[in-house]
Amino acid sequence: MGRLSSPQELEKYREGIRRRRDPHQAFITVCGGTGCHASGCHAVVDAFKKVIQEKAKGNGVGLRVTGCHGFCERGPLVVLHPQKVLYQRVKPEDAPKIFEETVLNGKIVESLLYEHPTTGEKIVSEEEVPFYKKQMRIIFGNNGSIDPAQIEDYLAVGGYQALCKALFSMKPEEVIREVKKANLRGRGGGGFPAGLKWEQCRNAPGEIKYVICNADEGDPGAYMDRSLLEGNPHSVLEGMIIGAYAIGAHEGYVFVRHEYPLAVVNIGIAIQQARELGLLGKEILGSGFSFDVQISRGGGAFVAGESTALMATIEGNVGEPRAKHIHTVISGLWDRPTNLNNVETWANVPLIIDRGADWYTQIGTEGSKGTKIFSLVGKVNNTGLVEVPMGITLREIVYDIGGGIPGGKKLKAVQTGGPSGGCIPESLIDLPVDFDRLTEVGSMMGSGGMIVMDESTCMVDVAKYFMNFLKDESCGKCTSCREGTRRMHEILMEITEGRGTLDHLDLLEELGWVTAEASLCALGGTAPNPVLSTLRYFRDEYKEHILNKRCPAKVCRALLKYRILSDVCTMCGRCAKACPVEAISGKVKTKKEKGIPFKIDEQKCIKCGMCFESCKFEAIEVQ
Amino acid sequence: MTQSEIEAIIERYGRKESSILSILQDIQTREKYLPREALEYVGEKLQIPLNKIYRIATFYRALSLMPRGRHEVCVCMGTACHVRGAQRVLDQLKLELGIAPGETTKDLNFTLETVNCLGVCAAGPVVAIDGQYFGKMNPTKVEGTLKQFRSDKKKEAADGKA
Ligand SMILES: Cc1cc2nc3c(=O)[nH]c(=O)nc-3n(C[C@H](O)[C@H](O)[C@H](O)COP(=O)(O)O)c2cc1C
Ligand code: FES
Repeated sequence: MGRLSSPQELEKYREGIRRRRDPHQAFITVCGGTGCHASGCHAVVDAFKKVIQEKAKGNGVGLRVTGCHGFCERGPLVVLHPQKVLYQRVKPEDAPKIFEETVLNGKIVESLLYEHPTTGEKIVSEEEVPFYKKQMRIIFGNNGSIDPAQIEDYLAVGGYQALCKALFSMKPEEVIREVKKANLRGRGGGGFPAGLKWEQCRNAPGEIKYVICNADEGDPGAYMDRSLLEGNPHSVLEGMIIGAYAIGAHEGYVFVRHEYPLAVVNIGIAIQQARELGLLGKEILGSGFSFDVQISRGGGAFVAGESTALMATIEGNVGEPRAKHIHTVISGLWDRPTNLNNVETWANVPLIIDRGADWYTQIGTEGSKGTKIFSLVGKVNNTGLVEVPMGITLREIVYDIGGGIPGGKKLKAVQTGGPSGGCIPESLIDLPVDFDRLTEVGSMMGSGGMIVMDESTCMVDVAKYFMNFLKDESCGKCTSCREGTRRMHEILMEITEGRGTLDHLDLLEELGWVTAEASLCALGGTAPNPVLSTLRYFRDEYKEHILNKRCPAKVCRALLKYRILSDVCTMCGRCAKACPVEAISGKVKTKKEKGIPFKIDEQKCIKCGMCFESCKFEAIEVQ
Repeated sequence: MTQSEIEAIIERYGRKESSILSILQDIQTREKYLPREALEYVGEKLQIPLNKIYRIATFYRALSLMPRGRHEVCVCMGTACHVRGAQRVLDQLKLELGIAPGETTKDLNFTLETVNCLGVCAAGPVVAIDGQYFGKMNPTKVEGTLKQFRSDKKKEAADGKA
C-alpha cells in the first residue's frame, strides 16, 4: 500500500480491511503487555502458534498478541473472540486444550476461568469480571483487541477517523475550541487545561513550533503511559497529529523513558507505518498539512520529565529545569513555541474530536471531565491498570475493582500523585476522585499512580521512602530543594531508627514549607507533600516511633526485635540455615536426637527477617 | 569498540550535537559503560567539550563511567515494590553479592543497580536480571534466582551448599 492521498482513499482502505475481517471469525488474543511478559506470556504465544499450525490447517483461526489488558495480576491473559471468553493465568500446556475445547467445539475450560472472590462463581466473559465491570475503558479498551504493530488493526476500529475530521472539516481554531469545550485537563501531573495551552501556543509568534509527547513516566509505581504507548501507539500519534494541526506545528517528539524498550520499539513501528500510509509526513492525506515525529529517549532522571528539563534533554543538554518566567508555549524547545502534553492527554484527543465535546463532557465531574487511567498497585488483590470515570470514589476503585486488601488485612491509606502526592487515609475512602478533590485533601492526581497500603505499611517509612527518592532525584540546582529534601530525609531516618524527638516534627513542617516555597520547579515545590500529608493524617504513628520507639506496622528495622517462641519451635533448623550472620543457634531435632529449640543472639542479629520468612510454623515473633 | 563503530553511531544520528544522549546510550548499550576514549572521540567529532559530555554522562542513571559486570541485577525500588518489601530483597542481594547498588563484583560477573519502577508493578517486588523479569520476589528467593547467573566456580559452590 502506498501513501493515501485523500480521506476517501483512507476510507476505502479501511473498508477493505474490514471486509477482509469476518467479525464472527475465531481469533485468540494473548496479552503481550509487560506484566504478562513477566509472568511468561511468550511461551503461551509460542504454544498457541504451534497448535494453530498443527491443527487449524487453513481453518483461519487468528492469533493476536496485544498490548496490556490491565488485569496484570491474573496474567498471562488469553481472550477468545468473538465470544470474549477470558482465561487467566494460562500456561503453555493449556494451549492445546483451549484450542480443542473452546475454539473448535465452543466449550468452556472451567479451570481457567476467573472465579469471583466472594461468591466463588466462575465468570466466562471478560466484561462480567468485577475488575472490568466498573471501569469505563474508552481510552484503554482497544488495547485488548489490537496488535500494536499492525496499523490495520487500529484502522479497523476506526483509527485516524478523527484526524480526517479535523483536517478536512474543521479549522485549527475549531479543533482548539472543541478541546477547550471538552475541558480536557493534562493527565501528566498538573491538570492544566490542554485547550488553553494549545491556544497559547498557536497564538505565540514564530513560524516554527513543536509538539512533544511526554512519555517519561517518572512516577515510581505507575505504568499506564507505558501500556498505552506499547499497546495502542497509534492513538497517541493520532492525538499528536491533530494537536499539531491545531497549533500549527510541523515537527514533534515523543520523549520515552529508556527503561521502556518495548514502548520505544512500538511507537517506532507506528511512526513508520503511519508515514508509509501518508498519515504522517508531507501533505498528510493530501491536505496540505505536513507533520513528522521523532523519538527521543530519556536517560533515567525523574526531573527530566519536567517540561523545561525535558526540552533541555532533547536539545542535548543536561536535563535541569529552568525558571518559567517565559512559558514554554512561547519559548520552549530551541527557544521556539512548544506544546508539551502527556501520553494519556494525547490519547484523549482523537476521542474528543471524533465523538465531540458534548459527548465527552457527560463523563466525569464538574471540573474534571472524561476518564483517568490509574495504576492500582500495592496491597490490593487485583493489581493492574484501571480506567475509571472521574468522580468515582476511592472505595469503588479499591474494593469493587481492586477486590479489596489481600490476606484479610485492613486498608490504611491510598497514596496518589507519586512523589509529589500524598497519602489519603482510610477515613476518606468515600472521596470522589478528581483533580480538585484530591488536591483538597493534600494529595494530587499526578500521573495516576495509586498505591494501596494496608496496616503492615508504615507511614513514616513511606514518607522516608519518597524523601529518599526525591533527594536522589533533585537535580541540585536550587539549594532549598537539594538541601531541604536531604535534611528532611535525615530527620526521617532519625525517627525510624529510634532517635527522633518531638521537635523533629515541627522542624519537618518548617523545612517542608521552605522547600516548597523557594524551589524553582514542581519537584521541590511538591517535595514536602508526602511528609506533610502523612504528618497530617498519621501524626500518632510518628509519635509512636518517637516516644515509644515502636513501629506499629513492624517495618522500621532498627525498632524491631525478632524472637523465637521456644514452645512453638519445631527445631527444624530452617531459620538457622537461612540466617546470613549465624545469629541463630540450637540443635535440629532428629529421630535419634532430642534437639534444642533455636534462639536468636540479639547482639549478632542484623534484623534482615530471613528467619521470619523461612519459618513455616509461625514460631518467630516480631515486636 | 572501534572508532569506526562509534563513527557509525554518530552517523546514525546525523552528526548532531543534540543527539549526544542517544549516542552515549548506544555506546552504553554496546559496552555496558562509557570508556573514556569513546567519550573523547565523540567530543572531538561533534565539537563538544569533554566536560559537557561528562556532565551529561554523570547526570543520567542510564549512563555509567565504570565497567559493568556481565550480568546486571536491577532491583526495582518503585513505590509499588517498596510497599511489598523491595528493601529487604535489595538488602539480601547486597549480602549475597557483597556489593552496594552501583557497584560491580570483583570477578566482573554482577553489577547491582536499583531502578525506580520497571513498569511491571503488578508483579512486585521485581528484580530484573539482564532484562529478564523475576516477579513476586522475597529475600529467600534471592539465592536461587542468582544461581543461574553465577560464573561457573561460584555456581558449583552454590550447588554444593544447597
Ligand atoms: C519533577 C517532575 C517530573 C515530571 N514527570 C512527568 C512525567 O514523567 N510524565 C509527564 O507526563 N509529566 C511529568 N511532569 C509534568 C510535566 O512537567 C508537564 O506538566 C506535563 O507533561 C504536561 O502535560 P499535560 O498537561 O498533558 O499533563 C513532571 C513534572 C515535574 C515537576
Ligand atoms: S514499582 Fe516496581 S515495577 Fe513498578
